[in-house]
Amino acid sequence: MFTNRRAFLRTAALATAAITTAALAACGSDDGGDTTTPVSADQVQAALDKGGSITVWAWEPTLKQVVTAFEAKYPKVKVNLVNAGTGNDQYTALQNAVAAGSGVPDVAQIEYYALPQFALGKSLTDLAAFGSGSLDGTFTPGPWSSVKTGGGTFGLPMDSGPMALFYNKEVFDKHKIEVPTTWDEYAAAAKKLHAADPKAYITNDTGDAGFTTSLIWQAGGKPFAVDGTNVKINLADEGSAKFAATWQTMISNKLLAPVGSWSDGWYKGLGDGSIATLVIGAWMPANLESGVPGAKGKWRVAPMPQWTAGANAAAENGGSSLAIPKAGANNALAYAFLKYATAGEGVQIRVDNGAFPATNAELKSAAFLGKEFPYFGGQKANEIFAKSAADVVPGWSYLPFQVYANSIFNDTVGQAYVTDKPLTDGLKAWQEASAKYGKDQGFTVG
Amino acid sequence: MTVLAPPTISRTGQADRRPARRRRSWTGWAFVGPFMAVFAFVFVAPIAYAIYLSVFRTRLIGGTSFVGLDNYQQVFTDPQFWSATWRVTLFLLVQVPIMLFLALLIALAIDSGRLYGKAFFRVAVFMPYAVPAVVATLMWGFMYGSRFGLVGNINDTFGVALPDPLSPDLVLASIGNIVTWEFVGYNMLIFYSALQVVPKSLYEAAELDGASQLQVIRSVKLPAIKGALLIATIFSIIGSFQLFNEPSILQSLAPNAITTYFTPNMYAYSLSFSGQQYNYSATVAIVMGILTMIVAYAVQLRGTRKDR
Repeated sequence: MFTNRRAFLRTAALATAAITTAALAACGSDDGGDTTTPVSADQVQAALDKGGSITVWAWEPTLKQVVTAFEAKYPKVKVNLVNAGTGNDQYTALQNAVAAGSGVPDVAQIEYYALPQFALGKSLTDLAAFGSGSLDGTFTPGPWSSVKTGGGTFGLPMDSGPMALFYNKEVFDKHKIEVPTTWDEYAAAAKKLHAADPKAYITNDTGDAGFTTSLIWQAGGKPFAVDGTNVKINLADEGSAKFAATWQTMISNKLLAPVGSWSDGWYKGLGDGSIATLVIGAWMPANLESGVPGAKGKWRVAPMPQWTAGANAAAENGGSSLAIPKAGANNALAYAFLKYATAGEGVQIRVDNGAFPATNAELKSAAFLGKEFPYFGGQKANEIFAKSAADVVPGWSYLPFQVYANSIFNDTVGQAYVTDKPLTDGLKAWQEASAKYGKDQGFTVG
Repeated sequence: MTVLAPPTISRTGQADRRPARRRRSWTGWAFVGPFMAVFAFVFVAPIAYAIYLSVFRTRLIGGTSFVGLDNYQQVFTDPQFWSATWRVTLFLLVQVPIMLFLALLIALAIDSGRLYGKAFFRVAVFMPYAVPAVVATLMWGFMYGSRFGLVGNINDTFGVALPDPLSPDLVLASIGNIVTWEFVGYNMLIFYSALQVVPKSLYEAAELDGASQLQVIRSVKLPAIKGALLIATIFSIIGSFQLFNEPSILQSLAPNAITTYFTPNMYAYSLSFSGQQYNYSATVAIVMGILTMIVAYAVQLRGTRKDR
């Protein structure tokens, strides 16, 4: 069946992989020293004046405009903006590039949940050496504490993702469905909508680790506790149980569109009304505008549904930092871009294009809060997002190997979506598999 | 032929026998050298390195340490590895016979000479093999889609509910279908070319003896292409055990049905590239390679024994 040519190609591919890992292991072992020589602001400025080119790996849509403005301001600098995949796909590519010691970007977008893993793996530059300490107070506390991990500052917060309910008002009006304020109402709305139009679903979900952990976060769960190399995982705590009970009814009643997020079908569904809501981070407007331009004016934003009626709890979903991989070629120039995009003029450019910032100045400005979104029919959506940011349940933490844990989410929790296995069993399996990996990696897992 | 020439020349000069012999051995190395260098670099080095990797363990906390055969011990008690191995074994036992039978049927049909448009059929059946596996899988993946794909369209148009080809129960069969589509033509070509060299006199003799077409197939054609059948089977076994492209691409369409340890190769891939467990991944690759060799060799032994 498979030809010998194919078999040969596979062998060659495996051989290449082996050689790459070999080369990589060789490179990985010699960067034992952790001290980074300080780089002064003058040196950064000198790098800007001298010019050069840097490669940025990011999928955040508004960075395109930032790059344009940055290059206009510093004509000698060329920025290569590369979309190396969204989330996990990019992390895999980045880990491989770091491991291979070649093809590493100068700047990489890394979500807050993934930052500890890269910092722990000594793949990132500690930005304290560039004087990132002077940015204290620039960023909101949540994201700023997220990038200060493992005794350094390994990224600058680019955006944050306080969650909100995005809903297609046209669909809700058509079927006379009230906007849900609790998760019970949400489940009831899901039933009503699907009964009225069997092609329409309240939302899509095929098992998404980021979404699941965010909902557990909002429900007050704290499944991951990290203290140095001591890790505790408990995906059966009260918050997790609350989530599992509600979401189990959604799965069992087939109320979730079996469409993966960020797929072509997903964008199509968001546009044609067959996916009626998204409970997602405040960075979503920019993605809606670029990915679903046809639905402009149909969507609205509301606060996240609550686990307890009348409560005001929210959670973060995603949110990214920009970080500088150690193996990047031009660190000084990379830092200049980082600062420009996250704390300089770039912030306003990104806000204007629909991004949700992590900087105090922008978040509190009247212009920001009063901004009317034509996409949301002129709604002042930032007021809802800013309120959500203030209501984020404190005390959450991710695993120091969350990237890996998320990569096996569908092996474990995902099974509940396609078989009769209950969601609680799936969460238990995820806990066990993650704990096993943690132990294998030398953590003390309790 | 030319290789044999130098020894005869050197034997002629008896007096300077020793120097000649030494020169002879160096000349030999010069001929073999380029091959040896490529062989060592391309085949031996990666395998040696994989074996070297497999006796270490690198951790996020604590770095790299020598662990001897611990990784191998772990593989033999790893339920994920064995579930992956069992899955490709099942694939091998079901898909390979179906594919080879179809390929044989088509080869015999084309060879029978009773088919109009013989050349067209040959090319048409072979065509899928020319489509890159990635493209073929994407194409089939879109057809399998029960919401936006062909299956979805059929469901909508005829008001039926076909089972979802990407559900956990059916996804292996769906992959089998893709692989069969891809490789029937290739195997057909192997069988067909083997049939082409069967001496015409055998057919004439069979005809004189009054053999029916079925008897000709059973007693003349099949025995004549036994070697080709064996080769195709061994390639298919190796291919089954190395199944990777098709499930890996379909994974984005069916993330819950195709786990990260769906096949041994996918398991090795995810261990290495999302888990950063290069050492254990190398161990899995080595164990799987040895398993494949054992099975392929066993089949070859059996096949050649029947020949006698």
